Amino acid sequence: MMEKMIFGRYIPADSIVHRMDPRAKLIFVFAFIAIIFLADNAWAYGIAAIYTLASIWMSGITVRFLISGLKPVMILIAFTFILQIFFAREGRVVLDLGFLTIYEEGIRQAFMISTRFLLLVFMTSLLTLTTTPISITDGLESLLNPLKKIKFPAHELALMMSIALRFIPTLMDETDKIMKAQMARGSDMSSGPLKDRIKAVVPLMIPLFVNAFKRAEDLATAMEVRGYRGGEGRTKYRLLNWHIRDTMALFTLIILAGILSWMRFWL
Amino acid sequence: MDISLQEVEYRYAAGSPFEKKAVENVSFTVSSGECVAVIGHTGSGKSTILLHLNALLKPTSGSVVIGDRTVKAGRKEKDLKPIRQKVGIVFQFPEQQLFEETVLKDICYGPMNFGVSEEEAKCRAVYWIKQVGLSEEILQESPFDLSGGQMRRVAIAGVLAMEPEVLVLDEPTAGLDPRGRKEMMNMFFRLHKERKMTMILVTHSMEDAADYADKVVVLHKGKKVHEGTPRELFSDAERLSEWGLGVPEVVRFQRMLEAKAGRKLPGICLSIEELAASFSELSGGKAT
Repeated sequence: MMEKMIFGRYIPADSIVHRMDPRAKLIFVFAFIAIIFLADNAWAYGIAAIYTLASIWMSGITVRFLISGLKPVMILIAFTFILQIFFAREGRVVLDLGFLTIYEEGIRQAFMISTRFLLLVFMTSLLTLTTTPISITDGLESLLNPLKKIKFPAHELALMMSIALRFIPTLMDETDKIMKAQMARGSDMSSGPLKDRIKAVVPLMIPLFVNAFKRAEDLATAMEVRGYRGGEGRTKYRLLNWHIRDTMALFTLIILAGILSWMRFWL
Repeated sequence: MDISLQEVEYRYAAGSPFEKKAVENVSFTVSSGECVAVIGHTGSGKSTILLHLNALLKPTSGSVVIGDRTVKAGRKEKDLKPIRQKVGIVFQFPEQQLFEETVLKDICYGPMNFGVSEEEAKCRAVYWIKQVGLSEEILQESPFDLSGGQMRRVAIAGVLAMEPEVLVLDEPTAGLDPRGRKEMMNMFFRLHKERKMTMILVTHSMEDAADYADKVVVLHKGKKVHEGTPRELFSDAERLSEWGLGVPEVVRFQRMLEAKAGRKLPGICLSIEELAASFSELSGGKAT
């Protein structure tokens, strides 16, 4: 099941989106998150959707693959859609079933909120799908660098992030391994009453934590042995290069923001 | 109890872009009371095969017959517990699966999951902790206070206390010192002989395969490339090296000796004693 999840996963390929500077991609995604909230009607969402699809198309990832990989998120979106439909109580009544009534505003809201959600999920997934975790952290560190003047621990934060990201697959593998070992000893995690199932998690969690702490200690030792002493005076092996395409990408985003705010405030 | 794999194929993440075929068209049978070694280079699919032996993985094609049950591709299986009780697996680095407050509770965990009463489970714990070469006092200690080697033994006792009919061992001696290694393997072999326990040994060690196995199955890149007796297998060093494997120390020593003496022994020897006997016979009883 976990093998199919693409959330937070990197897919190696060589597209213009893959080659972009991680800093540009980070700014792009955060700016997009802000800009999408400017949209307030179907036309604006339509334009934002086209913009998103175009970005996906340029990355060489198919929409079908994105949707199948984001199934759990899709369920969440469907859930918000239904909630919105039933809870907005404004506008014309579209359907009256006695025990529940659906209003025009409800449908409108449901469509807009789920579209917004969907576009956000697509864009953020696009970031992680096309950028290696290590370059995301590099980009983040470099973006946060100016904050070092006010003693913000940018390097430490980036290091923490890269270590955390690095160990996600390791912990996943280990969970799988320990789960199998306990299942071989007759633990049953997938059936039986809820109380028993919760109890069955203990034999999984304890070894997992014990190993994680042990690994953290080993890592700390290994870093110390190799003379790690923080970000002071540290040079980088991977250099970040800002290209014209990065500027262009952000420029298109400014245009999108212009169009959306024009539609919102002047139209 | 017999276990038989029939044209087993397994793909990880089937149907996604990460799909990877781990094993393909693997068939072999482990008969009751036999000791079978499964050897192969890293990534040959040994561990994947191992998980099929008690239905922790279901083949994506083919079937696995475990005693009177058949696990077939594409069919939903219910109630796999009886299979897991009959086939105990000692995983690689089993000390990582310990979790209870005391050694006693940890050893009782398996048997009690299979419906053994608490008193009975405690009796078994006392019995098995001695079998793996530890003293009874250790039962009251926390497993996390023990040394690595002791933890390994406790974890193994935890599997043995389930009293399975078939014991599957995945690199049981990895990371142990030579003496611990010898003791551990001898203990398993004794169980195999005395209790007629069927044993499946997944290993890197050609020595273990030569010393203990009745039959050796060689996996290479997810396929079965050889099945036969150790003697037959280890006489063909060339093919072994093709699969990224070597011959046991004894056999290498024998080859060196033969090269030095300029004469060949009639067959390969799988132990030092056998080699000595064979060599003295050849030299007319003069060599000692």
